[in-house]
Amino acid sequence: MSGRTLFDKLWDAHVVARAEGGRSLLWVDRHLVHEGSHHAFAKIGARGETLAQPELTFGVMDHYAPVRRDVPPMPAVLKMMERLADNAALHGFTCIAPEDQRHGIVHVMAPEQGLTLPGLLVVCGDSHTSTHGAFGAFAFGIGATEVAHVLATQTLWQQKPKRMRLRFDGALGPAVTAKDMALHWIAALGTGGARGHAIEYAGPAVEALSMEARMTLCNLSIEGGARCGMIAPDAQTLAYVKGRIHAPTGAAWAEAEADWAGLYSDTDAVFDTEVDIDAADVAPTVTWGTAPDQALPITATVPDPLAQPETTAAKTRDTLEYMGLKPGQALSEVTVDRIFIGSCTNARIEDLRAAAMVLHGRKSVVPGLVSPGSAQVKHQAEREGLDNVFTEAGLDWGGSGCSMCVGMNGDTVPAGQRCASTTNRNYRGRQGRGARTHLMSPSMVAAAAVTGRLTDVRMLLAGRA
Amino acid sequence: MRGWTELEGPVVRLPRDGIDTDQLIPARFMSTPRSEGYGDYLLHDLRRGPDGTLDPEFPLNASRGPILIAGADFGTGSSREAAVYALVDAGIRAVLAPSFGDIFAANAANNGLLTVALAEKTLAALRPVLRIDLVSRSIVSGPTSLRFDLDEVTAQKLINGWDDIDLTRAHQDAISAHRETIPAWVWPTCVRGGKGAPP
Ligand code: SF4
Repeated sequence: MSGRTLFDKLWDAHVVARAEGGRSLLWVDRHLVHEGSHHAFAKIGARGETLAQPELTFGVMDHYAPVRRDVPPMPAVLKMMERLADNAALHGFTCIAPEDQRHGIVHVMAPEQGLTLPGLLVVCGDSHTSTHGAFGAFAFGIGATEVAHVLATQTLWQQKPKRMRLRFDGALGPAVTAKDMALHWIAALGTGGARGHAIEYAGPAVEALSMEARMTLCNLSIEGGARCGMIAPDAQTLAYVKGRIHAPTGAAWAEAEADWAGLYSDTDAVFDTEVDIDAADVAPTVTWGTAPDQALPITATVPDPLAQPETTAAKTRDTLEYMGLKPGQALSEVTVDRIFIGSCTNARIEDLRAAAMVLHGRKSVVPGLVSPGSAQVKHQAEREGLDNVFTEAGLDWGGSGCSMCVGMNGDTVPAGQRCASTTNRNYRGRQGRGARTHLMSPSMVAAAAVTGRLTDVRMLLAGRA
Repeated sequence: MRGWTELEGPVVRLPRDGIDTDQLIPARFMSTPRSEGYGDYLLHDLRRGPDGTLDPEFPLNASRGPILIAGADFGTGSSREAAVYALVDAGIRAVLAPSFGDIFAANAANNGLLTVALAEKTLAALRPVLRIDLVSRSIVSGPTSLRFDLDEVTAQKLINGWDDIDLTRAHQDAISAHRETIPAWVWPTCVRGGKGAPP
């Protein structure tokens, strides 16, 4: 028998029952819910169900949470938050409100609180749940019917995905980040490139990433079509987890450490798909289109439909029209109208430090919002004086929440405006009707703020990094 | 939810790739309770101008039918089940496309919406009115009939309008047994009702 991959081990440890047709019933260790989970609560309410394991269910008000103090929240937003608080009270699970010190975007908050651990199965009604895979957890997003199923049974039916290993060999160049690695591989493989797969990220360039950067890399797994993404836990993972409020202690910690030591892919394990990328080939990358795989190095030019086969040319033409770009135009000539630094992809303390390094002592020539990923990140940033760097540059310093990643709380980009954004989706209308989104790393967004154009951040870091 | 076995009706073609969940239903409509109906929000910003008026040329405005034929990567993106609600509430029961987002396809099966992945060429040849049969897994297009793949569980869910919770209850013993084997460290520390040790 050949060895097992990390993913096989996680899968096997959670199988409760197997059904015909290949589906397995899996046990869920952590279920994260938010205001957007209201459909699921309505469903179990209509069936008269109670929660199977309220102590494994954690709620946070992030999707609709207001992040600007100067803008009063819309009544619909308040109603959404109230609905979650009511459900938490009714069903007896922990629920974190925006004024709570533990508050944050669900995928930032849970690791901070020690809820995310290696070896766990984590689900949430948000597709970027893959973030938690950075700890060697099996974590994925689910729909409302599945959320209702987990609430009622603490289990979920799943078809086992295929296994993919995505290796980054060598080392990243200066100012190249996990965000660039993600956009790079998604552009190389396409939005469907990892469809039906569980990805394990591996190789020296992945091992060299901090925990926060690993979260960014795993966060974007879904944008390449993957079910989830993960990285085998190492000493760094354990150091991050140890001592956090909900992490195991004493004998339980010792037992956990012993169990986690087995969380790696055996040398003779077989993957269904293997992809190798040279980390040195990854450049600071930006998206130019309306899907995450429409990404290019900042030094490149906008694709020209005339140089493409007719099948793709029509799509490119349509995309360029929506984005207001000219074929063959240099990306570094594209002007932006505003910037956004935030979201579960890139709003942790290292992200804010990277952006502040570029913005320090400089002005942003466009308006923009910086929304820290959690209250803890906000607090830490203020201790380090990063908030002053942002406000002195002319940017707004807000609270934590999903904000302009999805625009549910009313923070949107006006139609026709172009936004340099650290978020994860550049779909049409994602940041507001007619909004034009360019995805990039926090330091690249900061560079765009300084020049008012998409900019190679490496030129602004001379003497700084 | 009511199940269905057979479906016959006109096809609406939406010849675009990458109709993602943000296009299927913009996020700003998702705080509405489902009971109010999501049909009007379907592809809202594509179907309507900035002033809210319907674009008479847009496929779903020009014609209606229970079967949608779309481009590749249909339903990629977020886990929002509201994307499926919008389709179902607009009367659509089947989407045929070259490929689908994974979470979307799972959500569809839970709401009586059939998704069938077929090659572009096959889709192009289909007639304007089709009959779909879940039992024989066939699509009848004029004189021709083609078979599609559909796993038994999904078929049963669509046919009976079943909910997985009902199916899962039959495994309650296995769930309880599994729960007992979970190591202590898995239970979060410092949570009311949790098994984890306090610090
Ligand atoms: S920031 Fe965006 S992607 Fe992340 S949890 Fe919020 S809505 Fe989802």
